[in-house]
Amino acid sequence: MKKFIALVLACVLCLFACSALAADLKVGVILVGDETEGYTLAHMNGIKAAAANLGLADSQIVWKYKTPEDQTCYDAALDCIGQGCNLIISNSYGHQTYMVLAAEEYPDVTFVAMTGDFAALTGLDNFKNAFTKVFEARYVSGVVAGMKLAELLETGALSPEKQPNSFDADGNVKIGYVGAFDYAEVVSGYTAFFLGLRSIVPNVAMEVNYTNSWFDIDKEAAAAEALIAKGCVIIGQHADSTGAPAATQKLLDAGNVCYSVGYNVDMLPTAPTAALTSPTNEWSVFYTELFTKMQNGEEIAADWAEGFDADAVAITELGSSCAAGTAEKVAEVIAAIKDGSLKVFDASTFTVDGATLTSAPVDMTIMDWATMTVAYEGETYEAIVDGAFEESTFRSAPYFALRIDGITEIK
Amino acid sequence: MAGNHEPLMRVVKRGESPFKLKLLVRLIAVLMALIVDALFIYFVTGLNPLVVYTTMFKGTFSTPMRFSWAMRDLASLLLIGIALAPAFKMRFWNIGAEGQVLMGALATAAVMVYYGGKVPNAVLYAAMLVAAVFAGALWGFIPGWFKARLGTNETLFTLMMNYVAIQLVACCVNIWRGQASGLGKLNMKSKAGWFPQLFGQRYNINLIVAALLVILMYCYLRYSKQGYEIAVVGESENTARYAGINVGKVIIRTMILSGALCGLTGFLIVGGRDQTISTTTAGGNGFTAIIVAWLAKFNTFYMALISFLLIFLEKGAGEIASAYNLNDFASDIIAGIILFFILGSEFFINYKPIFRTGRHETLSKEAA
Repeated sequence: MKKFIALVLACVLCLFACSALAADLKVGVILVGDETEGYTLAHMNGIKAAAANLGLADSQIVWKYKTPEDQTCYDAALDCIGQGCNLIISNSYGHQTYMVLAAEEYPDVTFVAMTGDFAALTGLDNFKNAFTKVFEARYVSGVVAGMKLAELLETGALSPEKQPNSFDADGNVKIGYVGAFDYAEVVSGYTAFFLGLRSIVPNVAMEVNYTNSWFDIDKEAAAAEALIAKGCVIIGQHADSTGAPAATQKLLDAGNVCYSVGYNVDMLPTAPTAALTSPTNEWSVFYTELFTKMQNGEEIAADWAEGFDADAVAITELGSSCAAGTAEKVAEVIAAIKDGSLKVFDASTFTVDGATLTSAPVDMTIMDWATMTVAYEGETYEAIVDGAFEESTFRSAPYFALRIDGITEIK
Repeated sequence: MAGNHEPLMRVVKRGESPFKLKLLVRLIAVLMALIVDALFIYFVTGLNPLVVYTTMFKGTFSTPMRFSWAMRDLASLLLIGIALAPAFKMRFWNIGAEGQVLMGALATAAVMVYYGGKVPNAVLYAAMLVAAVFAGALWGFIPGWFKARLGTNETLFTLMMNYVAIQLVACCVNIWRGQASGLGKLNMKSKAGWFPQLFGQRYNINLIVAALLVILMYCYLRYSKQGYEIAVVGESENTARYAGINVGKVIIRTMILSGALCGLTGFLIVGGRDQTISTTTAGGNGFTAIIVAWLAKFNTFYMALISFLLIFLEKGAGEIASAYNLNDFASDIIAGIILFFILGSEFFINYKPIFRTGRHETLSKEAA
């Protein structure tokens, strides 16, 4: 009888402990910037929305702002754990190498390195990566830009006579892109944007100008200005400031034909007539799922990547300068992406070195480049499946790093 | 003509102040800082100053982990302060600690990258140490030699050397990061060259070295012949020459020592604290350490106290920013006001203000 009572008591205690654990979700959020920077703001809004959805109290979230990608990140993670956090999120790629150190030391705490790429390879079951399929939204933003370009050409607002340097020797219309760094993440993004644009206007050529910084208003503005001076009509971007849209607006007002596609946030307040739209991430989708699973004690996948299917990506409100019929076209393209009839990296729509791709092996191995040794051994996958390059399926972080014909990088 | 009017206030240099006066002036300074801060906190941020002060305290003292980190950061700052002490005591304005630390760190990192895992650990540590000390010493020797032989301006020279070091580091980091977006930790997998853990932390070695150097440098400056030479050169080069001291030799020797200790700090930071390198490895401590050395009048024990105060303020400001969702400008102002009053109190320790009285006094000879 004593044994039975002891057993019952133990079970009850366990139940209490489990329910207490589930209710006691406390999240540490390590951010590379603060609310003044679009990329971080989008994460903050996503986390706040998810917390509101699930009724988390303010005291259940510890914020660490402006955390550089160095030892500070590790310290911040440990400090959060010290304050009772059992889930630590970091939002910048470079935080990953410091998050993994903390993850090794604290197996009871779950770590999510957003946009990271080696969680699945570490063999740690408390270390995760997540990213959206933002390339889908970039493709759609390219369609928006293509519609505008088609309208400009049709109405004659843009012609070789009016703005001769906007056309190259082969008669292609020049477009530009302000990129942060020459990594797969950026390459994948600008290629999707370019393919979306080219699905509307076939004869275009794109130049990519790198700033070597994720957030630098002046450099991004200068890069956009340089591209427009060369004749680029559309300026896309994968950098986090409002520099490029602001510069485009200024030059549009000065009489150039040029329009901007932003990133992360609605650029209309910055560039009311130059901004067409911005591809964005709906981070609340992921964070809601993550918090729910944490509360229910469910398994969290090492890699999470969703796109339009789960409403994890979107484009912001169309600007007043957008061509007529853009909204309908956008709805049509998004529907096609959702039902799978449209693949962003359809191999029949692009060539690499003049040839159509039939095979694209991608190696997931993470290198330690300083010593040229393997940091994390990964498998090699064939990315061309059913005639299209499969992006963000073998891991959440993008790995499309092919340079397709029609795009020139300036370094 | 205006010379007949006595100014409202004039200042007179004090002789050596008694200890009690020094203590009193400093206490008043801290008190005034807290009052001004309270006004700022209350009127600008709308928070309760007492609660904010408690939070500030928490930045360093709320958990053992935080205290341990404060000690770690104190070690970095103090080590550089100790390295600067002989140069500044010699009145050689070595503004180049940042660069000397970076060169030591860079040499350490290079040894880790190219020899990590290829030689036994003991050899690797020794190579890292020697390379770092040599690189730092070189970065101190160059401006020292130019000053001694050609009479160049050491302030500008050492300052410029910082930029050379920063660019060298940036260049190497760019090469080593390869196709990755950042360098991350060096030898992540093999952990070659990472200091062993002592009492649970790799950086505890840094603390021990810092504590040892506090004593060694104190004795060197106070009791050794070389320390005396440094003091004489600092007071007056002509006196030193008259006394038969080879001034050029002392300058070069002292700058090699100063640079070598900075290089050693770079070695400790990379091996014990960061296990990586970036242009911010020294983190501005090369400049903050000047305040440390100067405020403490090169007494290394005082330097430890002042380093602690600076780290305490820094951690406190960070905690205030995080706890109240203030941006860090506001919290930096709070910490800055305290620092301002403490620095200001040094003025009142060295000088005495004299206010205009009704009585007619004879004024200084020179009116213009």
